[in-house]
Amino acid sequence: MTQVTDTTPQDEGERPPALSVGPLGWMRANLFNTWFNSALTILILWILIETIPPLLDWVIFSAVWGDVGPEPCRAGEGVGACWSFIHEKGRLILFGLYPSAEQWRPMLVMVLFIGLVAASARRELWSRNLAYAWGIGAVVMFVLMYGGVFGMEYVSNTQWGGLPLTLGLSTIGLVVAFPLGVILALGRRSNMPAVRSICVVYIELIRGVPLITVLFMASVLFPLFLPTGVTIDKLLRAQVGMILFAAAYLAEVVRGGLQAIPKGQYEAAESLGLGYWRKMRLIILPQALRISIPPLVNTFIGFFKDTTLVIIIGLFDLLNAAKAALTDREWAGFYMEGYLFCAIIYFVFCYSMSRYSQNLERKLQTGHARR
Amino acid sequence: MTAHEMAAETGQHGIIQMLGVNKWFGEFHVLRDINLSVDQGEKIVICGPSGSGKSTLIRCINALEEYQRGQIIVDGVPLTNNLKNIDAVRSEVGMVFQQFNLFPHLTVLENLTLAPIWVRKVPKREAEETAMYFLGRVKIPEQAAKYPGQLSGGQQQRVAIARSLCMRPKVMLFDEPTSALDPEMIKEVLDVMIELANEGITMLCVTHEMGFARTVANRVIFMDRGQIIEQNEPEEFFNNPQSERTQLFLSQILSH
Repeated sequence: MTQVTDTTPQDEGERPPALSVGPLGWMRANLFNTWFNSALTILILWILIETIPPLLDWVIFSAVWGDVGPEPCRAGEGVGACWSFIHEKGRLILFGLYPSAEQWRPMLVMVLFIGLVAASARRELWSRNLAYAWGIGAVVMFVLMYGGVFGMEYVSNTQWGGLPLTLGLSTIGLVVAFPLGVILALGRRSNMPAVRSICVVYIELIRGVPLITVLFMASVLFPLFLPTGVTIDKLLRAQVGMILFAAAYLAEVVRGGLQAIPKGQYEAAESLGLGYWRKMRLIILPQALRISIPPLVNTFIGFFKDTTLVIIIGLFDLLNAAKAALTDREWAGFYMEGYLFCAIIYFVFCYSMSRYSQNLERKLQTGHARR
Repeated sequence: MTAHEMAAETGQHGIIQMLGVNKWFGEFHVLRDINLSVDQGEKIVICGPSGSGKSTLIRCINALEEYQRGQIIVDGVPLTNNLKNIDAVRSEVGMVFQQFNLFPHLTVLENLTLAPIWVRKVPKREAEETAMYFLGRVKIPEQAAKYPGQLSGGQQQRVAIARSLCMRPKVMLFDEPTSALDPEMIKEVLDVMIELANEGITMLCVTHEMGFARTVANRVIFMDRGQIIEQNEPEEFFNNPQSERTQLFLSQILSH
C-alpha cells in the first residue's frame, strides 16, 4: 500500500526554543557550551579586565601630548605615553633624512600614491586611463622626490627615507616581481627541460638564502665585479635585489595555484585551438591567480615589512628612521612610543591589503562551489 | 569487407583517416594498429569496456594525446608534432568532454565567444550573435549571463556542446558526454546531439547509450584492449554481433 503525505507544512506558531536564538542563545552555544569553555570565557574576561584599562590609561589618559619637550615626559615616566616624542620626531620617522624644508614633496608623493592606490582598488575604474594616470603619476612622484627642476632643490636618493622609501621599495618591488614570478612559475611547469631547469635553479637558489644576504650581495659584492669607474646606484641595486628575491617566492605561490587547475581546463582550451600563451593568459592564469590570492597577499605583506632590511645598505626606511630618532640623547628611552607609532602605520597598510584581498576574492567568486 | 574498411586500406577519402595508429602509455599498449576512415557526415558510435582505448582513440584525433606509430590525417592535415598543424586541426574539430570542462571564471556567453574571438578573429558582436544562436539551439539562451557553476550538469554539457559549435567545426568528438550526468539530465543532452546528427555534421561519439547509437549512428565500432574488434551498421551490430567479445559486451550492457 502506498502512503502519500502531500500537505503543505503549517508554518504557524512553531518557534525555536527561546534559549537557542538571539544573543543569549549565541552565548550559550559558543561561550558556555561546556564547563571547559565556560572556564576559558571567564579567564579571558578576567585578562581583558586586567589589561585593557591600564593600557588605555597609558595610551590616552595619562599620556603627555603636544609640543612640550621631553621634560614633562621624564617627570611622569612610566605612567603615560610620551606622544610629544612623536610630535617632535614624527617628521624624522616619516621622511627620514629628507631635508626638512623640502618635506612637503614626499608628503605630496604619498598623497598622490595613496590616491592612485585607492582609485585602483575600485574595479569599475580599471581602464586604460588609470594606467596612464599611473604612468604620469610615477613620473611626477620621481620628479618630486629627486627635484633639481622647477626650482626644487635636488635631493639625492641616499637622503630618501621613512614611509615614502618603504612604500616605494615595496610597490615597485612587487609590481616588477609579480610578472617575473608568474613567468618563473610557468617556466617551472614547462615541458622544455632547459627552461624548467633554469627556473628551478633560480627559484631554489634565491629561496635558499635570506633576503639580507641578497641585499648584502647587491650592495657590497656586486660592485666588486663592475669595472672601475662604473657605479650603479645603491638604491637601485637594493631594489633589484628585492625584486629578484620576491619573484622567487611569488613564483612558488603562483605555481601552487597553477597546480590546482584541473587538467580538463587545459584540454578544453587546447581543443578550442588556443595556443600556449592564450591558454595561459585567458583560461589558466585567471583561475590560478584567483585561488592564489590569500597566499599572494601573504607574500605581499611579508615583503612590505621585509623592506626594512635595507638598513644593511644604510637606507632609513620607516622603522630604521624611528630607530634613528631614538638615538637623540634628549629623547632617549621612548622606544614604546616610537615602535608603536611605526606598528600602527605598518598595520594600517597591511590590514588594508588584507581586507582588500578578501573583498577581491568575494568579487571574483563565480560559483566554484558547485562543479 | 565494408566500404569503410576499403577506404582505410587504400588511404583514400574520408575527413578523418587513421592508418596503423599505435600508442603506448609507458609500457601499456593502448592503441594497436588502428585503421579507421570516417567520411564527411558520418556518425560513428564507439563502445567497449573501460580501458579499451576508445577515449584515447578520439583524443588522438585532436592531438590531446600523442601517438607513437602510424598516421592520422584530419581534413587533409597530417597530425604530427608540428604545432601549426595541431592548432589547425583543433580549430576544425570540436570536442565535448565527460566532465564538461567549461571555464568557471567566465560567463556562459564568454565561454562561447572566447575561441571565436581569439582564434578565429571574429568581431565580438558577431561572435556574440553566433553564441546566442547556438545557445538557442541547445535551448538555454536565457542562461547566457550566468556562470557555469550556477547551471545543472545537463545545462553545462549543453553549453559545452554549444561552445564547440561556435567554432563551426567540421567534426565533433564526444567523449562519454552523458556519463557524468544524473539520469534525468541525460535525455536533454542526447536530444541536442540527435538534432545535431540530423543536420549532417561528422560525429564520433564514445558512449554507452545504445539507444542513441541505434537512432543516429551510421556505424558502431566495438573496441577491446586497444583494438577495433568489430564495426558494422547499428542494426547488424546489435542483432548479429560477429565476435565473441562483442557478444559478451553487449550481453553485459543490454541485460538490464
